[in-house]
Formats: sequence, C-alpha cells, structure tokens
Amino acid sequence: MDNTYYYLNLLFVETYKILFLLIPVLVSVALIVWLDRRVWAFVQKRRGPNVVGPFGLFQSLADALKYIFKEIIIPASSNKVIFILAPIVTMTLALIAWAVIPFGENFVLADINVGILYLFAVSSLGVYGIIMGGWASNSKYPFLGSIRSAAQMVSYEISIGVIIVNVLLFVGSLNLSDIVLAQQKIWFVVPLFPMFVIFFISALAETNRPPFDLPEAEAELVAGYQTEYSGMMYAMFWLGEYANILLMCAMGSILFLGGWLAPIEIYPFNIFPTPLWLILKILFLFILFSLVKAIVPRYRYDQLMKLGWKIFLPLSLTWVVLTASYLFYFDLLPTN
Amino acid sequence: MIVHSIFFYTFSVIAIVSAIMVIVSKNTVHSVFFLILDFISISCLFIMIGAEFLGMIMLIVYVGAVAILFLFVVMMLNVAQQKNQWFSTTKSSSHIPVGLIISLIIFFELIIVIGGWKYKPDLIISLSSLDISKEITNTHAIGNILYTDYIHLFQLSGMILLVAMIGAIILTFRQRKGLKRQSYFKQISRERKDGVQLVDVESNKGVKIDV
Repeated sequence: MDNTYYYLNLLFVETYKILFLLIPVLVSVALIVWLDRRVWAFVQKRRGPNVVGPFGLFQSLADALKYIFKEIIIPASSNKVIFILAPIVTMTLALIAWAVIPFGENFVLADINVGILYLFAVSSLGVYGIIMGGWASNSKYPFLGSIRSAAQMVSYEISIGVIIVNVLLFVGSLNLSDIVLAQQKIWFVVPLFPMFVIFFISALAETNRPPFDLPEAEAELVAGYQTEYSGMMYAMFWLGEYANILLMCAMGSILFLGGWLAPIEIYPFNIFPTPLWLILKILFLFILFSLVKAIVPRYRYDQLMKLGWKIFLPLSLTWVVLTASYLFYFDLLPTN
Repeated sequence: MIVHSIFFYTFSVIAIVSAIMVIVSKNTVHSVFFLILDFISISCLFIMIGAEFLGMIMLIVYVGAVAILFLFVVMMLNVAQQKNQWFSTTKSSSHIPVGLIISLIIFFELIIVIGGWKYKPDLIISLSSLDISKEITNTHAIGNILYTDYIHLFQLSGMILLVAMIGAIILTFRQRKGLKRQSYFKQISRERKDGVQLVDVESNKGVKIDV
C-alpha cells in the first residue's frame, strides 16, 4: 500500500514539475513570435504588430484565438491518420526536448547521463512531422517541400553532430550540466569560435529558418509542407517550429555560451537567479536568428547542399582533428 | 517493480505488433512508419535495461537517418504499386518456401544461442574477462572497450564502411560531357567591366558585339 502512495506522490510531483516547465515554454513561444516580428519590422523600418495590448504584446494571443475559431479542413484524398498525426508529432517533439535543458545547478527536470545525445536525437526526429505532413497531404507542393526539407535537415544534422563532438572533447561527458560546468573558466565560444558560427548557420538550416527556408519557400512552393493545413493544425506546426528554434538557441547557449553561468562570477552578476542568464543568452541568440531573417536573401537549393556537404562537414571534421591533437599534445584531455 | 514491468510489457507489445504490421500493411509508407515505431520502442527497451547510450544511438542512427532514407526511397520510387501487384499475382506463393527456409534457419540459430546460455549460464560471464565496473556510465564503458581493447577491429570496420561508401559513389558516378556547371567563385568575382559595354550606336547602322 505504501508503494502505491509513493508512486502516486511521484506522479503528482513530476506532473507539477513538467507543467512548471512546459507552460513557461509555451508562453515564451507566443512572446518570441511577437519579438521575431518586431525585430523583423525594426530592421525594415516598419512598425510591426503594435496594436493588441501594450507594444502589441498580445498579438500572438489574438492570432491563436483566430486559429482556434477557424475550421480544420482535411483534404478528401489525404491520408487522414498521418495528416492529423503530423502536427502533433512536430509539437510533441519540440516540447519533450526541454526535459533535459538545465536552468541551473540541479535545476533540471531530467538530469540524464546522455543529455546531449537525447537533444540531438529529438532534434533529428523533428523532420518526421514535416515529412508526414507533406506526404499525407497528397498534393504536389507539400510533397516537394517535405522532400526538400528531409534532405536539408539530414545534411545539416551531420555537421551539428560533428560540432557537438568538438565540444565533448573538451568536456569528457555527455551530461548537459557537466558541459555547462566545464565552461566555468572560459566559455567554449572563445576556443571554438569558428564552430560556433557553423553551429549557428546549421541551426538556421535545421529549423528551416531564412535564408534556408526552402521547404516553405513561398515564391516556389506556396507554403511548402503546410499548404493543406488550416486552423489549429497549422498553428501547431507553427508553434512547434518556434519551440524548435528556441530549443536550438538553448542548445547553442549551453554548448558555447556557458548555459546558466553568469558572464563574470563577481558581486553584481552572481546575485541574479541562474535561469535568468540562460534566458538572456537564448534571447540573444534568438535576436540573431531574426536579424538574419531580415537581412539575408534566400539560398538556392544546390548552394544549400554544397554549403552543408562540401564546406561545413570537412571544416568541422578538420576542427575535430585539430582540437583532439591540441588537447592530446598539451595533455588536457578530460580523463577519469 | 510493477511499474517497471508495466513499462516493459507496453514497449515490447508495441515493438512486436509494429514489427508484424511492417510486413502485413499493404501501404509501403505505412510499413516504414511502423518500422520507425518499432525502432523507437526497441530503443526505449534499451534505455530500460540501462543501456542509455545504445538506446540514443539507435534513435539517432536508425530513426534519425536510416529510416528517413527508407521513407525517401519509398515515397520517391512509388514502390506501393509494385507491392500491390506482388500481393495480387498468384506467383507470389513461390516465394513462400524460400522465406520459410530462411526463417527456420534463423529460428534454429536463436534456439542454439539461447539453449547454450541455458546450458552453461557462465558462458557470457566467462567471455567477458574485461572488468566493467558499475560505477562508470555505460558511455565510458563502451568507449573504454572500443578504443583500447578493440581499437584495431574498430578502425577496420571504419575502413570497411569507407570502402563501401566510395564503392557506392563510383558505381553510380557517370561523367557527363558538355554539362554547364556554375562556379560560385566565377560568379562572385565577375565585375561590371566584364559584363557591360557601352556602345554609341549610330541610327540605322546597328552594331556588332563580340561575345
């Protein structure tokens, strides 16, 4: 009987923790969409959304209301089960990855040994939502969009994986908290700056952001894999996409920008709660993401593939060899 | 323990049912999706026995890369029609004996392996003279074994994969003559004076431009 109480208690506590993590993530996704549009407008000397609420902060809320009241149209010739599953898969995969993100020392939902592999695995599964949506729509544009995005995401995943190997050589552990704690002396962005740049660009490609938004290139493919979606199902794709972008920013700040660590461990900086620093770093990376969207024109598809396979992959592989040789020569390899 | 077995049986039932659905379902794309479900539940089982590294690698390699290529091929090549034809033709029954023989062989191999284990319980323990302490994570343990005791075999398997990759590229490579290729370097380094020429044209005379 005691056992039952123990498990029930565990269930409630864990559910509470998950809600405490997921609700802020969802709210910040809504705010980040607004921020994205504001930054985009700022660069182009427009006003952007500024009507609903103070500074237009509630714009995403108004959009969500609009999506909820719209009809969900399911094409007659589509494969209905997979068509409905696709946005759910996208959304779920974008949210479950947050379980391993550490917001402070011992302030993490699941402190697993293979945290970085888990993050990498979940972000590589993200392509399934897009492929499923594109195929199940049974229509030309979505299918072309999904084929494009499958090739693109698989290509750029490889360079992200090799970049992660670079960081792991310094750390000697796959645990995300260990990765952050290894950066107490110096953030990895300093010794690995070229890798940080490549990671940032690969993250743009991995999340289908401009200038790599070929899967949904509106001039060629209407809206790519989401062409046939409407109402709340379209909104779920959209939320999942932005949650994924936030996740990539979080991954970048944990791998290179020292995660929850304050820039300098002295008085005025270390009184703030640790999650604040992680959130600020995520915001910084996100603003870079939206600036790129506003500044850079879209890539041609062959250029995209060439960049991924012929430039990023050899460069990051060479950097792995260099890092390993350096650490080996100066006897700095983390061993235990 | 009850919770553990609930999870174990859930994942194993999903794995077995989806494995059956891979061969039963008529739509090829559905088959691939069931295969992915199978991979995912097997990686969950790996994680449950504490082999978290293997489980994650399973997810990354099989689900994240191999299954995507499967989906790619199945969607592009329209295998669905061929599979339907294969189901409808009467000739398909001639494949059954071959399949039966292969599956019988695999079945006997399994029996031999499991029977040997039952007969001599310390078989696996005696094989592993390497001491793996429980304190280090299994990522460390696998790394220790792969990169110290079996480094040559590991390198050899890498070489075999490399040879396979180069072989596949050479088999499908064909050089096409007279193909227009774009060179980014040329495109970027092109300047105004290379492309634009100002010419005074007299009326009713026309002008001849060398290209």
